[in-house]
Amino acid sequence: MKHRFDVVVVGGGHAGTEAAHAAARVGARTALITLRADAIGVMSCNPAIGGLGKGHLVREIDAMDGVMGRVADRAGIQFRLLNRRKGPAVQGPRAQSDRKIYRTEMQRETLQQPNLTVVEGEAVDFLMKNDTVSGVVLADGSEVSAGAVVLTTGTFLRGVIHIGDQSRPGGRMGDAPSVKMAERIDDFGLGLGRLKTGTPPRLDGRTINWEVLEDQPGDEDPVMFSFLHKTPFVRQVACAITHTNAQTHDIIRENLDRSAMYGGHIEGVGPRYCPSIEDKIVRFAGKNSHQVFLEPEGLDDTTVYPNGISTSLPVEVQQDYVRSITGLERVDITQPGYAIEYDYVDPRALDARLAVKTVPGLFLAGQINGTTGYEEAAAQGLVAGLNAAHVALDRESVMFSRSDSYIGVMVDDLITRGVSEPYRMFTSRAEFRLSLRADNADQRLTPKGIDLGIVGDKRRQVFENKMNRLTAGRDRVTEVSFTPQQIQKVGVAVNKDGSRRSGYALLAFPDFGFRELEMLNPDLGDMDVEIKQQLEREALYANYIERQSRDVQALRKDENLAIPPMFSYASIDGLSNELRAKLEKIQPGNLGQAARIDGMTPAALTLLLAKIRQSQRKKQA
Amino acid sequence: MDTIFALATAQGKAGVAVVRISGPRAFAVAEEFCDLPPAREARVRSLNAPGSGFLDRALVLVFPEGESFTGEPVVEFHLHGSRAVIQAVLRALGQVAGARMAEPGEFTRRALENGRLDLTQVEALADLIDAETEAQRVQAVRVLEGRLSGVVDGWRADLIRAAALLEAVIDFADEEVPEDVSPEVEELLEGVGGSMRRELSGFESAERIRDGFEVAIVGAPNVGKSTLLNMLAGREAAITSDVAGTTRDVIEVRMDLDGLPVTLLDTAGLRDTDDLVEGLGIERARKRAVAADLRIVLLAPGQTHDLPLWDGDIRLRAKVDRDDGQRNGISGKTGFGVERLLEKLTETLSKRVANSGLIIRERQRAALEEAVVGLDRAGRLVEFGPDRYDLAAEELRNAIRRLESLIGRIDVETLLDEIFASFCLGK
Repeated sequence: MKHRFDVVVVGGGHAGTEAAHAAARVGARTALITLRADAIGVMSCNPAIGGLGKGHLVREIDAMDGVMGRVADRAGIQFRLLNRRKGPAVQGPRAQSDRKIYRTEMQRETLQQPNLTVVEGEAVDFLMKNDTVSGVVLADGSEVSAGAVVLTTGTFLRGVIHIGDQSRPGGRMGDAPSVKMAERIDDFGLGLGRLKTGTPPRLDGRTINWEVLEDQPGDEDPVMFSFLHKTPFVRQVACAITHTNAQTHDIIRENLDRSAMYGGHIEGVGPRYCPSIEDKIVRFAGKNSHQVFLEPEGLDDTTVYPNGISTSLPVEVQQDYVRSITGLERVDITQPGYAIEYDYVDPRALDARLAVKTVPGLFLAGQINGTTGYEEAAAQGLVAGLNAAHVALDRESVMFSRSDSYIGVMVDDLITRGVSEPYRMFTSRAEFRLSLRADNADQRLTPKGIDLGIVGDKRRQVFENKMNRLTAGRDRVTEVSFTPQQIQKVGVAVNKDGSRRSGYALLAFPDFGFRELEMLNPDLGDMDVEIKQQLEREALYANYIERQSRDVQALRKDENLAIPPMFSYASIDGLSNELRAKLEKIQPGNLGQAARIDGMTPAALTLLLAKIRQSQRKKQA
Repeated sequence: MDTIFALATAQGKAGVAVVRISGPRAFAVAEEFCDLPPAREARVRSLNAPGSGFLDRALVLVFPEGESFTGEPVVEFHLHGSRAVIQAVLRALGQVAGARMAEPGEFTRRALENGRLDLTQVEALADLIDAETEAQRVQAVRVLEGRLSGVVDGWRADLIRAAALLEAVIDFADEEVPEDVSPEVEELLEGVGGSMRRELSGFESAERIRDGFEVAIVGAPNVGKSTLLNMLAGREAAITSDVAGTTRDVIEVRMDLDGLPVTLLDTAGLRDTDDLVEGLGIERARKRAVAADLRIVLLAPGQTHDLPLWDGDIRLRAKVDRDDGQRNGISGKTGFGVERLLEKLTETLSKRVANSGLIIRERQRAALEEAVVGLDRAGRLVEFGPDRYDLAAEELRNAIRRLESLIGRIDVETLLDEIFASFCLGK
């Protein structure tokens, strides 16, 4: 059997679905190949989406009409805006998800998406046309050809699951690893590394003594991920919080040598921000209690995910330590915790489209690139899916910049610096954090999505309507101005310099909001709340963003200076051998990326620029 | 595009020093100092700093856009080559709004971007840019770190800690981190800010502007350091005797080496000692030796030392009264080898004059001034508590970036290292 598509996406996880949807929205005929269609949208780790930095990514995906935000809203059973009391730039939406609804909704979106076909099967090999990937071969021998292939195999590359001293090959609990695909990747000669991650045991909620536990309710006015949604879709529930204690720690300490991690069975590097309970107890021996969040996995699911105690101890030890925790004295474990080790591809082998530089037609997205997290995976899926479609349809590359999105920050970090532990997004990674906010993701990216033709009519209308109201509101607020005397009357201290200040300039004062503005000019009260809030947020940072604009310009200028592929660094006199080796390994795509390489000097950059100029001139001549 | 300025001629003693101003506002900036002559015509002008009066009688040249080294509007001040004049002009320029000191290689880059240079010309200039970059790094380490012994390291550690605390509260809000870190952050920022202000006032005062070099003579007790110093200085400045450990403090002798002002330091002999007073003297000697511009290490046969050495430092075999056929012998008693030592010193220090720290110090001063302002702002924002950590963190990040050439790069990985070392994170 032979099938022909524009884009083939291998893997139905968070990276795969987002990649397939993005390619299909571009208009490419897209196949999503997955082992089981009913596993599309499975959340294999904790049942939550979003958080700090991560919530920003979901908003950005949504701004380009991706699926993650919409599905997470429909499945959300507890919404919390993290950092609600801090500035809007560092607020991150987060939600607990009902696993089943998430999966069902994701599958529904996937079936409804025009141009997208789900193919059940195991991709075992690539079809090659000379050195270019032109499709995949399935385990049953059938061939699926395509103009570009996006590989999103997660932890399936040589995955090994560890529980205590037991280990066996596996991608996640219950699934087979893809050994053949891994061998194929070896043939491409890409750099591989090994990482690990872990999960906690899952608990039967009916055996938890909820009465004695502290509740953690959701927000009273829940904030959605999608710019299209205002309120939750299903009933909202609370999580609970409990703590480990001295007894828990004793049990774990006594059994440390039986942990896969500490028994020397694992060589992969784990994430420092998501340590196992064994790690926490060893590294922070002085701390005699750790928080455990009990997160329900669904409205009609009795399973509970105890966030904070991931482990690779033997099953019986897991039972002992879990039952030493308040509220969990009689708890039943429904599935033991485990650690998983897997291969990842050094992402420095990729360009800013997430295409493998040395293998035309092949894109990689998600955990295979050394990241962790659903949101990081989905955001990469978006980038790879868009660009795979553009390759297949012979269109220009779609690039994201550090100055326009967290997506751009992540891609640049990955391809320029590589990873040393599973990569997770933090707001502190974004140097333009004050302008890259969750609240303005639509303003930053929806126009780009509209230009690319991947934004649906509904979103387009909602966006344009909002922008019109925002522009009108901004004009009104900028046109009004007040004297220092007037301003002081509403309780805000300003210099008595006699000069009038516009409403917009006043909103930049941290202690001046719309409430004060309306006291000065009651006419402005008729604006809608959404616009008022948005004006407050952007005005608050206006002075800082103005200061950063020069850096942004300089960055964009460097980013626009593309370095041709396979650029010869050997012919530049005056580069140190060390720097030359780094440049040759990383093969930066533009001057901006080159500038961020460790050890880059001003002289080397200038030389590089001169050399690029020279090769441009040659081409023109 | 910023308007930038820098000293365009080699630094050090020279008859004429050229300060170049380039960028869209070059003419406006220069007009703050004097009336500008017609384009491409040299005129003598009195330069007056806005607000602080006469600076120098200088030759002023104006190059219009498209007809200059960088391709941008350029003004050149050809000053008298005195360090004081150059420094005053650079400082005054730095205070004009819209102008800043050029980064290494920035003139070249602009010239290149405007099509004024080709690859070969850039290659020729690359060494110069690298030398400037390297000189800055070395100077930052030696002029400041050596001199302030550890102060800069302290700034770095405290700034990392302060930034890491803010970022931890921001990025790990739903985990077990403190909600309010204001008191510790305020204390750190005030500490660093205060220390920087003290350094800045030092920059201003005359005795801290080093017009001379310090050369330390170090070695074990009784190896002949004081005798050598006396020989070099031509007078009995240090007490010399045969009892080891005679020099318990640091003795300074000023001398003139071929026009270069040099301070020779005779330091206490380095050895393990139980004598408290001598121990203090040795500690002091070590510090001064490390902070000096150059070290002369005297070693008797079989002796070693554990002082860090840098390029240009001189190792000599002590008490070699006459030519014994081997190299590097010296004797303060007979004077053997002293002539050669003086030649070597003059040569090394003259080379350093060419790359001296004037510009670098001026740049560091500007960086410190900006950083102090930023740290103050960050400190005031932190007082409001977590509500304004987003803004405080931005001010702090900005201040840290300004200090990069001084304290080294602090990026997000540095902060994450500190965060994960301090807090047990991870759900």
